[in-house]
Amino acid sequence: MTLKSKLMLSLAALSTSALPALAQEAGSLDEKVNAVFAASTGWFVTLIFSPFPGTNFPWIVMWLVIAATVFTLYFGFVQFRYFRHAIQLVKGDYSDPNDAGEVSHFQALATALSGTVGLGNIAGVAVAVGIGGPGATFWMILAGLMGMASKFTECTLGVKYRNEYPDGSVSGGPMYYISKGFSELGLPGGKILAVLFSIFCILGALGGGNMFQANQAHAQISGIVGDYPGWITGIIFAAVVFAVIVGGIKSIANVTEKVVPIMGILYVGAALIIILVNYDKIGWAFGQIFAGAFTGLGVAGGFVGALIQGFKRAAFSNEAGVGSAAIAHSAVKTKEPITEGFVSLLEPLIDTVVICTMTALVITISGQLIIDPASGNYVLNEAGSAIATVGNTSGVSLTSAAFGSGISWFPYVLALAVVLFAFSTMISWSYYGLKAWTYLFGEGSTSELVFKVIFCVFIVIGAAASLGPVIDFSDAAIFAMAVVNITALYFLMKLVKVELESYSARLKSGEIKKFAH
Amino acid sequence: MTAKLVIGLDGEGSGSRALSHAKRLAGLIGECEIVVVYVVEWSPFTFQTAEENAMRHKRREEELKIAHERVVDPAVASLKSEGFSASGIVRHGDVADTLNAISVEQGADQIVVARSSEGGFAKRLFGSSTANLVMSASVPVTVVG
Repeated sequence: MTLKSKLMLSLAALSTSALPALAQEAGSLDEKVNAVFAASTGWFVTLIFSPFPGTNFPWIVMWLVIAATVFTLYFGFVQFRYFRHAIQLVKGDYSDPNDAGEVSHFQALATALSGTVGLGNIAGVAVAVGIGGPGATFWMILAGLMGMASKFTECTLGVKYRNEYPDGSVSGGPMYYISKGFSELGLPGGKILAVLFSIFCILGALGGGNMFQANQAHAQISGIVGDYPGWITGIIFAAVVFAVIVGGIKSIANVTEKVVPIMGILYVGAALIIILVNYDKIGWAFGQIFAGAFTGLGVAGGFVGALIQGFKRAAFSNEAGVGSAAIAHSAVKTKEPITEGFVSLLEPLIDTVVICTMTALVITISGQLIIDPASGNYVLNEAGSAIATVGNTSGVSLTSAAFGSGISWFPYVLALAVVLFAFSTMISWSYYGLKAWTYLFGEGSTSELVFKVIFCVFIVIGAAASLGPVIDFSDAAIFAMAVVNITALYFLMKLVKVELESYSARLKSGEIKKFAH
Repeated sequence: MTAKLVIGLDGEGSGSRALSHAKRLAGLIGECEIVVVYVVEWSPFTFQTAEENAMRHKRREEELKIAHERVVDPAVASLKSEGFSASGIVRHGDVADTLNAISVEQGADQIVVARSSEGGFAKRLFGSSTANLVMSASVPVTVVG
C-alpha cells in the first residue's frame, strides 16, 4: 500500500470514528448546508426553468424536444436507418484487426454508458413517475427515441474535432468541436460558446454528476441502516473518489468497472422478473402509461405535468444534447468519425427506452402510487406536489420500495447498485468536468488538482443537502450545457450531414466493408 | 520452397524452450524462415474509464515497444546471430486467435509454442491459451513440454 492510500484510509477511518461526538451537531450542519445551497443557486434554477409567459411549460424542455426533432428529421431518422449498422460496429465487424489494442467501439460505448446509466434510471424515473404519473413514461420513451439523433450528431462531431496530442493521448468534446467547427465554417463566437459550455459543464459535473449522486446514495444507505447525517456519507464517498482521481488508485476504479455492468444486468433482470411475475398487470400498466400520457390521470399539472417530467428526466438520464457523451466517445479509434455517432445512438436506447422503462413499469405495477378507488385517478400528497405513495417515499426510495414489494431482499442489492452507480457516475463526470476545466485553465497538475479537490468538496455538500435544491441545481446545470451545445449543433449539423452522405455512399458502393475476423 | 515456422512466445522461461525447439526444427528443415510472435492479451469487449480510454493509444504504443524490446527483438537477434532468417511481430488480441490469425496470414507451415505457463484457478476455468490454440488452430501446432 502506498503512503497516499494509507493516508486516505486513515482519513476515512478518522471521519467515521468521530461520528458519535459530532452526531448531535450534524442535524443543524445539514440544515445550514441546505439553506446556503438553496439560497445561492435559486436564481440559476429559476432562469433555466422559467416557463413560457402565461404557461407553466419550461422553455428548456421545449428546447430539447425541438432539437431532438430537428436532428431526427434533418438526418432522415438516422436512429432507425442505421440501427443495425450500429450493432455491427459495436460487434467489431468493421474494425481493422491492425487497430487491435486501441479503444474499440464497444469500449467507448460502455464507458459513455457507465456515465449515464445510474441514478437517473433508478431515482430520476421515480421522480418523474412520482410527480408526472405513469404517463411520464410515454414521454420519456419518446424523448429517448428522438434523443438518439441528438446523441448521433454530437458524438460524430466529438470524434471529428478531438485534439490528438503528440504523446498519443486525446481530448474531445463540445468545447473542441464548437471552437474548431465554428472557425472552419468562418462563423464568429465559437470561442465564447466553447468557454460558456465549459463553465456549464463544470457546474453540471458538480451538480448531476456529483451532488445528485452523493445525495441519493446517502438516501439509499440511510434507508437501510437508519437515519444519520448526510455529511458522513459525503466524507466517505469523497475520500474514496479522492483516492481514485487524485491518488490514482486504479484498483478501486477497476473493481467498479467490472461490477457496474453486472449490477446493470442484475437490475434489468430483477425488473423483468417482477414484471413477468405480475404479467396480468402488464396490460393495465401500459394502459396507465398511455392514458396518463394524454390525460394525466389526476396528477399534478395534468398531462402537461406528465410530459414535462417525462422529457426532463429522460434528458437528465440519457444526456442527449447535453454534450457530455461527446467527451466520453471521442477516445475511440476509427478513421470514420461518423461510426462513433452511429454507435452512440444506442446509448439513449439502452439507457432510456430499455432501463428507464423497466423502472417505470415496476413502480407502476408495484402499486406504490396510491389510486383513489372511486375515480381511478391518482391521489396527490398533502402538498399537492406529487402522487401520494405508500410510506411517503420519493426518488430512489420509491424505486426501492417498488422492487421490495416484488422481491423482499432486493432493496439491499439495489442499495449496493445505487452506491456503485453513484460512484461510477462520479468518476465519469469528474473526467468530463476536468476536461472542461483544463480547456479553460490549461492542462497541468496544479490546475487539475484544484478541480479534483473542488469536486470532492461538492460530494460532501451534495450528501448533506436535501433532495429538492440538489435536484433543481443538477437539472439546471445540465440543461444549461444543452442550451450552449444545441445552439452550436444547429450551426455544425451540416458538417455531420456531409460525413453521413459520404459514408453512406461508400457503404453502399462496398468501399467500406467488413473485415474477416 | 522455404518452410515457415511461427513461434509464439509468452515472455516466460517456457518461451525459450519453444525457441530452442524451433531452432532445432529449422536446422533439420534447412531452408526455413522463423517468425517470432508475441501477443499482448487484450479484448475489445472490456470496461474502461474515460481517462483510460483517453490514454489508450499511448499505452498501446508503450506495450508494443516493451514487448519488442524485452521479448521479440532479443529472440529475433539470437536467431539471426545463429544464421537463421527471422522476423518479429507483436499484436494485441486473444492469444490463441491472434497466433492462429498471424500464422494463416504468414502462410506458416507450423506453429511452435511452449506448454502453458499459466496455472491455478484461471486455467481451470478458462483453459490455457495453448490448449485453446491446439483446439482451434488452422495450422499444425507443436507444443514443447
